[in-house]
Amino acid sequence: MYTEKVMDHFKNPRNMGEIPDADGVGTVGNPVCGDMMTIYIKVKGNRIEDIKFKTFGCGAAVATSSMVTEIAKGKTLEEAMKITRASVADSLGGLPPVKMHCSNLAADALHAAIEDYSKRQKEVKK
Amino acid sequence: MDHNAGKPVDPHVTEAMLPYMNTSYGNPSSLYTFSQASRNAFEEARAKVAELINAEKKDSIIFTSGATESNNLAIKGLANRYKDRGTRILTSAVEHMSVVNPCKYLTTKGFETIFLPVDQYGFLSLESLEKELTDKTILVTIIYANGEVGTIEPIKEISQIVHGKNAYLHVDATAANGQVPIDVRNEGIDLLTLSSNDMYGPKGVGALYIKEGTRLEPLLHGGGQERGLRSGTENVSGIVGFGKAAEIAQKEMRSESERLIKLRDRLIKGLLEPIPHAYLNGHPTKRLPNNVSVRYSFIEGESMLLSLDLMGVAASSGSACTAKTLEPSHVLLATGLKHEEAHGSLMFSLGKQNTEEEADYVVSLMPGIVKRLRAMSPLTPKELNM
Repeated sequence: MYTEKVMDHFKNPRNMGEIPDADGVGTVGNPVCGDMMTIYIKVKGNRIEDIKFKTFGCGAAVATSSMVTEIAKGKTLEEAMKITRASVADSLGGLPPVKMHCSNLAADALHAAIEDYSKRQKEVKK
Repeated sequence: MDHNAGKPVDPHVTEAMLPYMNTSYGNPSSLYTFSQASRNAFEEARAKVAELINAEKKDSIIFTSGATESNNLAIKGLANRYKDRGTRILTSAVEHMSVVNPCKYLTTKGFETIFLPVDQYGFLSLESLEKELTDKTILVTIIYANGEVGTIEPIKEISQIVHGKNAYLHVDATAANGQVPIDVRNEGIDLLTLSSNDMYGPKGVGALYIKEGTRLEPLLHGGGQERGLRSGTENVSGIVGFGKAAEIAQKEMRSESERLIKLRDRLIKGLLEPIPHAYLNGHPTKRLPNNVSVRYSFIEGESMLLSLDLMGVAASSGSACTAKTLEPSHVLLATGLKHEEAHGSLMFSLGKQNTEEEADYVVSLMPGIVKRLRAMSPLTPKELNM
């Protein structure tokens, strides 16, 4: 059902965990739907210096979360905002069609974390 | 440990089937001597299936292509036959899709279907059955035992209520047949769906028991086989295999069920006791001998299945992600579970090959799997108001 790459990320998730003093946190999905993920970012000089995730969900949900952290780490915020659901799925060698919508939320969680960071920055400037 | 999804064919069954593919391939409907062997074997199989459920005579059994067809024939066939008498059909909220969907289909044809609620264990609410059972009700269709939570319904009590209002009772015994003794006469069943593969017979064969006096419109029109109720050349080898499987099931049921119950309870205990926030789905004792259904908070079913699969264990889950739809199991939701609890459910359906060592192996894996997935999960007791 899943590609080897998906299974590799499911078995050995990259960057799993929390960042207690994160600069931005984004959560998407909810337990009712069966998928929920939170992404934590640490930003330094407009770049994602550190990133971690926590996910409740199926194999695809875990693998996309892991993959998005791997892609986003070290990227500028602008670059990270360009990461899409499709590019995450492609990096994993594809996902089963039924998983494309329900479990492929990792890019959204990343964008939410970046937006949270931007909001916090604005508040600091005020 | 996912025998509800598919069971191996018993080698004695395969052996019994082979002659009817290789040498005695005659069409049972043909008159000549060559076909006598297949006709005899075919009728012998009918007698064995009838005996398994204590049917009054062998001709009460109609062979079909499987439980889905039997359920469709029973529900649509009866509804179409008796639509002048009434158009109301009652069923439960814990039926298999091959009962749910024919019932829903009939609502587009002028029938009314009521899905009756169940309690936390999955038992049909007899109170609501009595309340909803009107003079316009022609059919009540209830599962004998549900494969997802294992709960065995009180069929005899249900039958007494249904017959009190002169409605017909159809029972889908797919998950139960071959595991628990079924007596259609004693339990008062008018139509009973049986499946061959669920008792270690070949796939693609099923049966419908039809009590004398219960009339159905056929789904398939053609050469008039099976008393005109199921046209089409008979699947002789498959049916002979089904007959053999029924014979073996009847012989071994008592001892095998005892063994499975011990194995089931060992597994349930081992899966729940060492792990916090772990619960049983269904009833502790009034459940199918082979059914283990548990749930773990804060984690999701498919990720448990994948983790088990990596260790060589096959199971199934109550989560949407394994199915084609996005909703979690309607059966688990009907027992009052929240969506996230249904998503966190894990089912094992045990079979003849499963051993104590295998059960212990699964028990040894589970704490590690749950711990790893919980460490990954953003959910905690606080978020779920626990």
